[in-house]
Amino acid sequence: MQEEIFVSGRHIPNIDPYLQIWHWEISLYLFLGGLAAGVLFFAALFYLLKKEDEMPATVKYAPIIAPIALIIGLAALFFDLTHKLYVWQLYTTVRIQSPMSWGAWVLLITTPISILWVFSYYRETYPKLEAKLQTFKRLKFLKLETFEKFLIKNRKVMAIALIPLTLVLGIYTGILLSAFNARPLWNTAILGPLFLTSGLSTGAAGILLFTKNHFERTLISKIDLALIFIELALIVHMFMSMYAGSQVQLEAMEVLLGGSYTVMFFVFVIILGLLVPFTLELSEIIGFKVPIIAPAILILIGGLIFRIVMVNAGQLTRYLY
Amino acid sequence: MRYAMVIDTLKCVGCSDCVVACQTENNVPMGYCRDWVTETVDGTYPNVELELKSERCNHCDNAPCVRCCPTGASHIVEGGVVLVTHDECIGCGACIEACPYDARYQHPEGGYVDKCTFCHHRLEKGQNPACVEVCPTKCMYFGDLDDPTSEVSSLLQTRKHKVLAPEAGTSPNVYYLIK
Repeated sequence: MQEEIFVSGRHIPNIDPYLQIWHWEISLYLFLGGLAAGVLFFAALFYLLKKEDEMPATVKYAPIIAPIALIIGLAALFFDLTHKLYVWQLYTTVRIQSPMSWGAWVLLITTPISILWVFSYYRETYPKLEAKLQTFKRLKFLKLETFEKFLIKNRKVMAIALIPLTLVLGIYTGILLSAFNARPLWNTAILGPLFLTSGLSTGAAGILLFTKNHFERTLISKIDLALIFIELALIVHMFMSMYAGSQVQLEAMEVLLGGSYTVMFFVFVIILGLLVPFTLELSEIIGFKVPIIAPAILILIGGLIFRIVMVNAGQLTRYLY
Repeated sequence: MRYAMVIDTLKCVGCSDCVVACQTENNVPMGYCRDWVTETVDGTYPNVELELKSERCNHCDNAPCVRCCPTGASHIVEGGVVLVTHDECIGCGACIEACPYDARYQHPEGGYVDKCTFCHHRLEKGQNPACVEVCPTKCMYFGDLDDPTSEVSSLLQTRKHKVLAPEAGTSPNVYYLIK
């Protein structure tokens, strides 16, 4: 039996007895970043597949989620910094080994593109907005109309850029956590693909909220079913790799399988966030009457709670020496 | 030049003088500390063993805090000392998450991340870190591992020693003599 006691009475705020450095802001951002990545990925993908007119929700309407999610997410990240005035230091350097540095740069490029993408469709999606924009249009030097035409002509360029950008954005939210070997629960390479899959799935759920035609709804539902299946498989993989891991990883697993986050993880993430919406979407495709909003909302809430569980549970796990 | 600290666990009595010296020398905010003492009891009564250790940032060769820092505020200077440039730190907390020793904290007033510096300002003047200087049992040694004749080198050559959490792969530079 080994027992360790801190003699000097170390009680550093947010660090002892366990880490609480990252709070809800980080979980919220990881969720919103994944959601935005998912929505934009499908918008760009189906635009490039020339499905613009058959799938208006995916390409034109749902992308409004992305800039809103990214801006709220970035505000949350900024809110969590403790030395806020120096935030510009992120953009004085590129650090290949720091996932947070890649993320900062990818967000700097993706956020404006998401705004421009939505703007390029505003005449079709928000016709009432046009009248309100008249004030700005009178300011000739802004050349809003020329700019809009330029954007419409270059949608293909934006779409091609968005595919890799959104994939990096989606996967980086997972790699950000998996890069910390000091927190054994996070320290698994599967977290990158897992967060990407979850992000794409929440993106599909976001699109489902906007769908009106049957063809589009069925196609996105089918894609979402596949994503949920992959996500469940990746979660099984995560547990398996941890069980074959070292002592610290075995202890880390206990937090999710028989610890303080077990109920939250299994009830809200696995059952309500994945299995129930999977069943509902499947029933809808088969022909049962299911309001599509139900599985979509469950997936979105499940995705958020998954991030909350992973961020908080990960900080409970550590090396004990 | 490769700075290292060697601490004799057989001579340490756990008085926490090193903790107080550090707080005074480095103006560490109230309630925080850059070094601390742990007491590990091993075995079952009556066959128990006690180990006292003064712990701090290990100034790792393969420092995870430096690797994950998005701005380069955490960096390694000559001699292998890991430092934080306050004006480059954004307070994102990534390095705190990355440290297996939980040796870093966010300064409550400044907001930047802070930790043990091996008393870099004293090293520049040729002095030892404050904790080493004050230790009443003289259980702490500081010096250059690249110099084979230094006190730390010879202690590590002759005494059985360990580092903390070697399985974390960090290559720490604080050594504990255990026999």
